Amino acid sequence: MSPGELICPAGTPAALRTAVDAGADAVYCGFQNATNARNFPGLNFTPDELAGAVAHAHSKASKVLLALNTYPPAGKVDLWRAAADTGARLGVDAFIVADMGVADYIARTYPDIRIHLSVQAAASSPEAIRYYCENFGVKRVVLPRILTIPEIRSIRKEIPCEIETFIFGNHGLMVEGRCSLTNYLTGQSTNMDGVCSPASDVEFVRHDDGTMSSRLAGFAIDCFGCGEKAGYPTICKGRYTVPHRSDAYYAFEEPVSLNLARLLPELIDAGVHAFKIEGRQRSKSYVRSVVSAFRAAVDDIRAGRPANITDLVALTEGQKQTQGAFATKKWR
Amino acid sequence: MHWRAGLDPKGAKIVRGAGSRLSCVLVQPLLSRVVRRIGDRHPSVFARLGIYKKSAFLIDPVELPFALHLCPDPEAPAFRAVPRDSTPHAQAMIRGRFMLLLELVDSQRDGDAAFFSRDLEVSGDTEAVVRLRNALDDVEGSIAEEAAGILGAPGRAILARLRRAYKSEAEGFQQA
Ligand code: SF4
Repeated sequence: MSPGELICPAGTPAALRTAVDAGADAVYCGFQNATNARNFPGLNFTPDELAGAVAHAHSKASKVLLALNTYPPAGKVDLWRAAADTGARLGVDAFIVADMGVADYIARTYPDIRIHLSVQAAASSPEAIRYYCENFGVKRVVLPRILTIPEIRSIRKEIPCEIETFIFGNHGLMVEGRCSLTNYLTGQSTNMDGVCSPASDVEFVRHDDGTMSSRLAGFAIDCFGCGEKAGYPTICKGRYTVPHRSDAYYAFEEPVSLNLARLLPELIDAGVHAFKIEGRQRSKSYVRSVVSAFRAAVDDIRAGRPANITDLVALTEGQKQTQGAFATKKWR
Repeated sequence: MHWRAGLDPKGAKIVRGAGSRLSCVLVQPLLSRVVRRIGDRHPSVFARLGIYKKSAFLIDPVELPFALHLCPDPEAPAFRAVPRDSTPHAQAMIRGRFMLLLELVDSQRDGDAAFFSRDLEVSGDTEAVVRLRNALDDVEGSIAEEAAGILGAPGRAILARLRRAYKSEAEGFQQA
């Protein structure tokens, strides 16, 4: 049976300790710069904080995975190399990497440290995944959220590395690693700058009638009615008017979160080695609730008991959840 | 409140304004001590705030008779109760029920989830709000308990009572 390792998010040292205490097998985190895909204001770790975090996690038999999962602009690789050097010096257990140049540097310089292929690399075919394994010694691939469970099962048989899938959290547009929507409005993107919808470009406006608009770089991307549940101010979750429809609608994706709690037994059976919880930008409260819920569920399944699945809908975006493409390609 | 029943709307507004000012004066000494204590014990908060430690935040607990004006400047931290009808300038505003705000500060509730459910409103400079949230979330332990502890046993008793009242109110909502 696959171990069903729980890979949990941490945006601060306190969140990392919370994740470890709640039963994380590994925690992923990043530095306070563009080398990772959650480069948000006030979030992430200084090198000193990461040193303390590694020591704490290791003392509780948890691992620390360092996200270096953005793409350096051409010729400007020094920041990424320095981050890899620091991570190696501090004893992280693996690097989560998207860019081939970054993967190549780590594979040559630190051959004993594991490389996990980030979802930002968008490797979804056996051929693509094998390429990364053969050329950079990738030990694990984080699959994009575009595959059904039967597809994951069949990929597992054709690749020489472990599979990690997301099981909970933000459900981005289905072209992970290739999204430039935000770049169109703000000039910044998750892939290059580590930030989708930079907070400095986001504005929420409450109107007298109780409705609330969200704007990005001055463009209205949604307007929520009184009491209507809200979502993140990202373009992919925006509600737009288009010529062929009379009403404003979610053209790309609705405010909704992924929740695969009920699919865990099938994912384990399909050979998924590790389960990723999204949310480095979320609070300790979120980390505590979600990690504990999935710890209990995975332990139940591995012990042959029916899984006790906690209701997490209150933590989801728009207070709605989906099994996305994992359940059916017709999900949207 | 029935003592307002005989007043015309303008008179009621004046009385409310006076009540609000009196409340501000009463809680002011405590608030100043709270922000100094938190700043002294958790200096890392200022690093996460970055340049926003010089900003002003208006925190608006909707059911209290006053709002709160926070300037987390390490050199001159200030936390003041301010009447709603004359709030000073602030870069960012955070609005919600008092106990929700307290639970957010203590990481008993998730800020994004409270925003999704529309229980929490933010406006103004979103980066300032995100930095404040992340800075406070990295504080270990309970800021609310530290603040209540300044008043000793009575402070802790008031906090425990508030929490109980809020819990039963929240349960009442769920059953409704
Ligand atoms: S716009 Fe949506 S899909 Fe694109 S990077 Fe942002 S969150 Fe992800």
